[in-house]
Amino acid sequence: MKRRIKPQTAEKIAKGAIWTIALMVIGILIAIIVYILYKGLPVINWSFLTEAPRRMGKEGGISSSIIITLSVTALAVLIAMPFGIGTAFYLAEYTRDNIITRIIRFSAESLAGIPSIVYGLFGYIFFLEILGLGWSVLSGGLTLAIMILPTIIRTSEEAILAVSKTYREVSFSLGGTKWQTIRKAVFPSAVRGITNGIILSVGRSVAETAAVILTVGSDLKMRTMAIHFYQLVMEGISMENAYGTAAILIILIFFINVVANMLIDRFIAKGR
Amino acid sequence: MKKFKEKLSGRIFLLLALSSISALVLITVFIFVQGLPIIAKVGFFKFISGMEWAPGEGEFGIFPMIAGTVSVTLGAALIGIPVGICCSIFMAELAPEKMRKIFRPAIQLLAGIPSVLYGFCGLIFVVPLIRDYLGGPGMSILAGSIILAIMILPTIISISEVSLIALPRHYKEGALALGMTHWQTILRVQLPAAKSGIVAAVILGIGRAIGETMAVIMVLGNSVAIPESILDSVRTLTTNIGLEMAYASDEHQQALFATGIVLFVIIMILNATAQYITRKKHSKTQNKRKSNETKNQTADR
Repeated sequence: MKRRIKPQTAEKIAKGAIWTIALMVIGILIAIIVYILYKGLPVINWSFLTEAPRRMGKEGGISSSIIITLSVTALAVLIAMPFGIGTAFYLAEYTRDNIITRIIRFSAESLAGIPSIVYGLFGYIFFLEILGLGWSVLSGGLTLAIMILPTIIRTSEEAILAVSKTYREVSFSLGGTKWQTIRKAVFPSAVRGITNGIILSVGRSVAETAAVILTVGSDLKMRTMAIHFYQLVMEGISMENAYGTAAILIILIFFINVVANMLIDRFIAKGR
Repeated sequence: MKKFKEKLSGRIFLLLALSSISALVLITVFIFVQGLPIIAKVGFFKFISGMEWAPGEGEFGIFPMIAGTVSVTLGAALIGIPVGICCSIFMAELAPEKMRKIFRPAIQLLAGIPSVLYGFCGLIFVVPLIRDYLGGPGMSILAGSIILAIMILPTIISISEVSLIALPRHYKEGALALGMTHWQTILRVQLPAAKSGIVAAVILGIGRAIGETMAVIMVLGNSVAIPESILDSVRTLTTNIGLEMAYASDEHQQALFATGIVLFVIIMILNATAQYITRKKHSKTQNKRKSNETKNQTADR
């Protein structure tokens, strides 16, 4: 007869295995970050940050890439913000579950799943060719704005729904209209959660490559940090500068995530 | 004035809310308008089953890319799904509170790291390891699968974890009270109960793997050929677009848009399935809650 493993033993083995796997995943994350920083930090100095790249990026710094990254990101977020937050308020405050909200939700969730390269194709044909904006920060910003829209909608809606019902009830009972309630009671309490979503979408814009390479282009003076890094690596131009760029990207993303987490912690603490 | 503002604000919010619908419609229309002519010319079946991709000579068959996408995605799923589910169990059930506080932002950070950096890490760590120990060029399905598996982890972990945490407490308490061990409870009660959420997580993870471009460009080697082993180099649908879009024109460019259509349709089907599953579950729990409420009310009487 086959002996079965005792449930207590099976439990120990399974839990041990899961702990190992979980720690390995964390290990991989730490390894990536530490390795990039270890190789990249020595490259970073003042002139690396403030000088324009020369000779295809072999020499000089990455100032132009930093500026392009920041402007594409800022543009994308500024465009997406009113639409995203507006959609969230519409879904959370103005309607119940009906056909329009279902279509809106379906669209937002579908947009969230569309691959970035497809956004790139769309941006290329729509903003570059049809609207004639050419390879530009504007084309890239508009494309990214659509890409980050679902993130802003989802996080803002969660933040709005998390606002206690009593806020609304008190406002309404004082004779406030819906608009007044939203502006003076709901929005101020939801603002931290909404900001969290916006910061996360900043992170997404900074990290994005595929959609940006097809809309902003990969010209030396006109490319984001992620694209600059990609070109330096793939064309074997300068590993040193590639590590430097990667380190700045990692630091930026890390910082963005820390800020987003701090906000959401405070948001939760305040809600309680 | 008050009423006017009220009406106006409602209208404006509705207009803003229509943005995501119009964006989706615009994307669909323009990708299709650009890509359909070449599909019509080559013939849909010939386009997706054609073995030759030679844009210069007017040969547009994307079967090798479909095979590439399927094999890399399958590999990523085989590695990423079990690891992801284990991590979600870890987060929902095993991790002490302190560990959870580190793990959750860490997973978020993992999702935030640019895909080019993943590709790069694959290029300098995974590819040489495969080349040295398993042979072949190193740039291979295996390398792509490993990198993609890591990249889809955040999607799988966060959604599965949420569905595990959302389970009613009495499921677990009941099972433990019946004398099951914690592990038996997880395996036989909690995982099956959270099944639909986990399936949705897996589908969305697979969607992410299919859609990823930059990371796989760097580690797959990108040769247009039907793979024979996991050590072979392949090209996926996404990398086909990413590699050639920079210099493509006319029919070649249309064919890349047509590749985009195939990609788009696959992703939309996966998305819709995942949404359907989560929605069905959602309405089911709502119904349950409602029937519980009525039960309680009758009990109160």
